[in-house]
Amino acid sequence: MPRPATTRIVAWLWFFATLAVLAVGFRQAIFIAPTEATMGNVQRIFYYHVPSAMMGLVFPYVNFIASLAYLYWRRRDPLKALTADALALASAEVTIVFVSIGLMTGMLWARASWGIWWTWDARLTTYLLLWLLYVSYLLLRRFSSTGESHTLAAVISVFAAVDVPIVFMSIQWWRTQHPSPVFADGGSLDPSMWPAFLWNLAGWAMWGTLIMLFRFALERRRQLAEQEAALVAIEASLETHQ
Amino acid sequence: MNYLGHVLNHLRKDLRIEWRSRDSINGMLFFALLVVVVFSLAFDPTAAVSRQISGGILWVALLFATVTALNQSWTREQSHQVLEAQRMAPAPASALFLGKAIANMLFVLVVEAVLAPVFIVFYNLHVIGNPWLLALILPLGTWALVVNGTFFAVLGLRTRNRELLLPLLLLPISLPALLEMVQATTGVLTAELDPLQINTWIVQLAGYDLIFTLICLLLFDTVLNAE
Repeated sequence: MPRPATTRIVAWLWFFATLAVLAVGFRQAIFIAPTEATMGNVQRIFYYHVPSAMMGLVFPYVNFIASLAYLYWRRRDPLKALTADALALASAEVTIVFVSIGLMTGMLWARASWGIWWTWDARLTTYLLLWLLYVSYLLLRRFSSTGESHTLAAVISVFAAVDVPIVFMSIQWWRTQHPSPVFADGGSLDPSMWPAFLWNLAGWAMWGTLIMLFRFALERRRQLAEQEAALVAIEASLETHQ
Repeated sequence: MNYLGHVLNHLRKDLRIEWRSRDSINGMLFFALLVVVVFSLAFDPTAAVSRQISGGILWVALLFATVTALNQSWTREQSHQVLEAQRMAPAPASALFLGKAIANMLFVLVVEAVLAPVFIVFYNLHVIGNPWLLALILPLGTWALVVNGTFFAVLGLRTRNRELLLPLLLLPISLPALLEMVQATTGVLTAELDPLQINTWIVQLAGYDLIFTLICLLLFDTVLNAE
């Protein structure tokens, strides 16, 4: 099925806009933002770590909502349900990418400033568990047969969505070492650092959306091709019987 | 027949089948015993150290033993087309799930009752805190493992590699419960934790149990009719 020309043009425009915003973000983060007083240049990874970490917490919601939509439409409107399932798959994969980047950049930063790669702190452990949950979500999709993998994956997505807040609270109670969020109370982030952070946040949000929609379109094509093949097979079987 | 009657019927059936074969209890018991022996050989702990680590070892042994038994818990239902019959029956499907989860919980509790003296012998364990709290922690922790494990076992029933899939799904979801039960158990064994903190862990564990029991009951019908 050929995609309408306007969609294609919008996609390309979105792609170039993303590149431009990321380029501005890079310039802001590396050359313009002032060097942090105590941590030095190491702190610049913050402009990449925090946007990735935030995006890694946004896309699971897309996955959860798409999974609920799938469960709702499963019997009522199977075609809409398939669309929701494609969105759930795409957002889960993007979640894995962002959470992986968040974990890796966080480890680099921790090594430089705490002297350790990893610690079983509340935020870190919760974040690692988020990664584990979505890897097991994708594994379930691989292992289950095509007929029922959508439903089973949606069910697991609900379990994961319920589990993450519980993990956060139970581990928060256990221990906390991660620097507290710099935006919540008063904001200890210097005003001169805001532009670099915001440009990168916008850039990575645009990039994530682009990748997710691209993956979504790919999955939709696969689903449509599958339906086409099934239809052809049914027609062929009818012809031989005549 | 009301809902409770259905649950009790399923429970009675599972208990009777297990009573005649005793497969899963024997399997779990021997597996857990082996894990305990292996850990004891590997660490060779003193009495003080064993108090620190045996809470964790107990739950890890139980977790792995539960997984091995749960993998088998639905195979009989599958080979006798019980799930297909349940789909056609007017009885609530979640009653089947609840009955089986309670049966599995009873099996694991039997294993724990046998394992406790073994621990005391092999690890020279002497409980310093209030041992009656363990009577609360053990059932709550067991239910946390068993309710999700039974659910994921039926979820993975028709998938490829289902023996592998169950731990892959169960372990990440169970991590908070595992943390809560290990912290509470170690707190009781060593008496180093404030009683108030132990209470908080127990309350969190109970909350976990409640939330996931509800979700399992709500979603069981969906999983049963997944195709």
